[in-house]
Amino acid sequence: MTTEAEGYPLAQFRKTYFEECAELLDALQSNLEILSNASGDDETLHAVFRSVHSIKGGAGAFGFADLVAFSHVFESLLDAMREHTIKLTPDVMQMVMRASDVLADMVNAARDDQSIAENHCSDIVTAMEGALNFPLELDGPTVHAKPAQEGSHLSGERRYRIAFAPHTEMLQKANEPLLLIRQLRKLGGLSVEVDTSRLPQLASLDPEAAYLGWTFNLDTGVPLSAIHEVFEFVEDDCDLRIEVVEPEAATHTTSDVVVRPTMSMAASPGDVVAPPASSAQSIRVDVDKVDRLVNLVGELVITQAMLTEQGTLLPVDQHPALIQGIEALAQGARELQESVMAIRAQPVKSVFARMPRVVRDLAATLGKEVRIITVGEMTEIDKTVIEQLNDPLTHMIRNALDHGIEGPDERAAAGKPRQGTINLSAAQRSGRIVIEVSDDGRGLNRERILAKAQERGLVAPGVTPTDEEIDNLIFVPAFSTADVVSNISGRGVGMDVVKRNVQSMGGRITVQSRFGSGSRFTLSLPLTLAVLDGMVVSVGKETFIIPLTAIIESLRPHQADIHPVVGRGLVLALRGEYLPLTHLHKCFAIADAASDPCRGIVIIVESESAGRIGVVVDELLGQQQVVVKSLEANYEAVDGISGATILGNGRVALILDIARLREVESSASTDPSPLAQHSAPIGVLKEAAHAA
Amino acid sequence: MAKRILTVDDSKTMRDMVSFTLKKAGYEVGEAEDGRVALTVLAGSKFDLIITDLNMPNMDGISLIKNVRQDAKHRGVPILILTTESDDKKKGDGKAAGATGWLVKPFSPEKLIELIQRVCP
Repeated sequence: MTTEAEGYPLAQFRKTYFEECAELLDALQSNLEILSNASGDDETLHAVFRSVHSIKGGAGAFGFADLVAFSHVFESLLDAMREHTIKLTPDVMQMVMRASDVLADMVNAARDDQSIAENHCSDIVTAMEGALNFPLELDGPTVHAKPAQEGSHLSGERRYRIAFAPHTEMLQKANEPLLLIRQLRKLGGLSVEVDTSRLPQLASLDPEAAYLGWTFNLDTGVPLSAIHEVFEFVEDDCDLRIEVVEPEAATHTTSDVVVRPTMSMAASPGDVVAPPASSAQSIRVDVDKVDRLVNLVGELVITQAMLTEQGTLLPVDQHPALIQGIEALAQGARELQESVMAIRAQPVKSVFARMPRVVRDLAATLGKEVRIITVGEMTEIDKTVIEQLNDPLTHMIRNALDHGIEGPDERAAAGKPRQGTINLSAAQRSGRIVIEVSDDGRGLNRERILAKAQERGLVAPGVTPTDEEIDNLIFVPAFSTADVVSNISGRGVGMDVVKRNVQSMGGRITVQSRFGSGSRFTLSLPLTLAVLDGMVVSVGKETFIIPLTAIIESLRPHQADIHPVVGRGLVLALRGEYLPLTHLHKCFAIADAASDPCRGIVIIVESESAGRIGVVVDELLGQQQVVVKSLEANYEAVDGISGATILGNGRVALILDIARLREVESSASTDPSPLAQHSAPIGVLKEAAHAA
Repeated sequence: MAKRILTVDDSKTMRDMVSFTLKKAGYEVGEAEDGRVALTVLAGSKFDLIITDLNMPNMDGISLIKNVRQDAKHRGVPILILTTESDDKKKGDGKAAGATGWLVKPFSPEKLIELIQRVCP
């Protein structure tokens, strides 16, 4: 539709269109992958065609002429492939791939109201036209011209004689002679004669066959084409003869036409029916709306937690109904929260679908033969997590290809198939998403990793790390600097960056490897970023949350295990290991807290940049799922704090950023308090969090 | 009694636009995203007109038309095919299958309404 009629929400349709385009382009991409692996069938090709076709259809509606023109050529090529007039050779495949890239660029350009450089698409258009072997009109489909209603420029009014006899097929296609006659009447003065000569005896009359014919005299100023347009849909299914006759002196009747239609096949309008039940299988909702819902449910969960807590103070025998109600509310709130989170969940397919492309392109550049197998792409995960998943995943796949998988000859020499395999899988395991990237390449070379690590002082001389520890050295920032990369095991390009990305999502990454037979990287991610499993701890009068994923164990140490180290505070001897101790009360200048670790609790936490440390707190208050509120959004970022939440008792608790605690403590020992640096006592932070 | 029209298109954009235009013109509109869904919808209710795309997954427009024309309950319903194909082959396929008429995309809301009134006043 091209006109912007009044009240026509074109902007809304546009938004839908581009959302749909994104889906279509994704589908296009994955189907092209299937085709390029020669595992596709005709249906795959049809699906590819449909994607391009739908993009073109919408583009026409919004007047994106470039996009229409380009997709038209592309579609023609795909159509020819569908019809098998063009064979699916590697060259053709290459061309289709390129065309799909250009198509994506053009869609993006149209979305951003930009035009695309002419030369960006002209090459591929030329190539496609060459393959099609005929010049194409690039103006796309034409709109049927509306007949000139006035006809004033024509030779005035004239009389047409129209002989019309429908075939039975015409009626079977639900074309109604009466409607055509009415249409004719709109064009001018009409007189009609009915020819009933073919009408049989009633006994032998087929009620669904056509027997009648009509002859019309139409006095009108419209051109012949307008009359043909009336019969446009039925021309092949009737006898039709249109002649121009001289205007007669004789009077022509303009009275209403009286006809007796042979039968009416139109559905009787009297049928009242229920609305279609199964037409809508999914709806599109603005993410903002869902986010608002998530926030509201978060508030509700907090209120519910508060009620639950108050409920425990009530004597059970006095308010049984109230307590029952609170329990039901807790149940309902939890289910509601899960359901809302499920709305935000999307299959990882959207990210996985891009990976085969990465593999193919890079494999071609490196001269390697690699295939990728994806499993579990329908596994669902929170939208925010998905958005942040692309980069680390691409990085890991590229690494596997670049450094893991050997060249074909080297593989053959090692007795492996020439073609390497990368497995990419996703699965949901105990409330987390586990994504694995494994390859059958050369694996990690532990000797060289260890040598390099010792050289860099990452491993003390004389210490023998376990295999697992050696493998995980590749995630250490100091280890993976650019110059090390290609000479060491091969792995290492920015694996620390990958690990950091994954951890910022609340995830973990580990690697397992066997030298000579491949590596497996395992990513474990939370289902959502909006809620977090935390350990609630108290320090003095303050309450903090430590993310459960960071906690390894907690204990009350013996005095004998605590050792002071000059310049580094206290360390805790734990099973032969020495862990630095961090006092939360020192980090945040909290009064009345236990300064003796042996009177409080030491929680052993692990983070990538800070390693294992012991955090000294007064008390463990319990494990709880908390709704994360951003501190930045309402106040500003505070070192050592990653967010805030509101507990069941209505109090705000700050969520600790474990990785920063050591730095916060050491700067706090020279400076009174990092919170003081921000000139914000904890009370202000609480207000900020409440406002969240 | 408002006329009921079923619009069948795998493109949500198209369904939205057609549906909006029709509703504004006073029609009741049902939607289906492919031929198979359309048949399910038709099984449960009656429509005065079907507007369908041709290229769709699961069941394309041609098969949908054939199915409708073989169904005693719905075979008299006018069917308009909606397509970007300006070539006669697609149009011919649609007609041979039993389509009542066709409309080439892109089209204006006025054109759509005009055409509907021609086959389903």
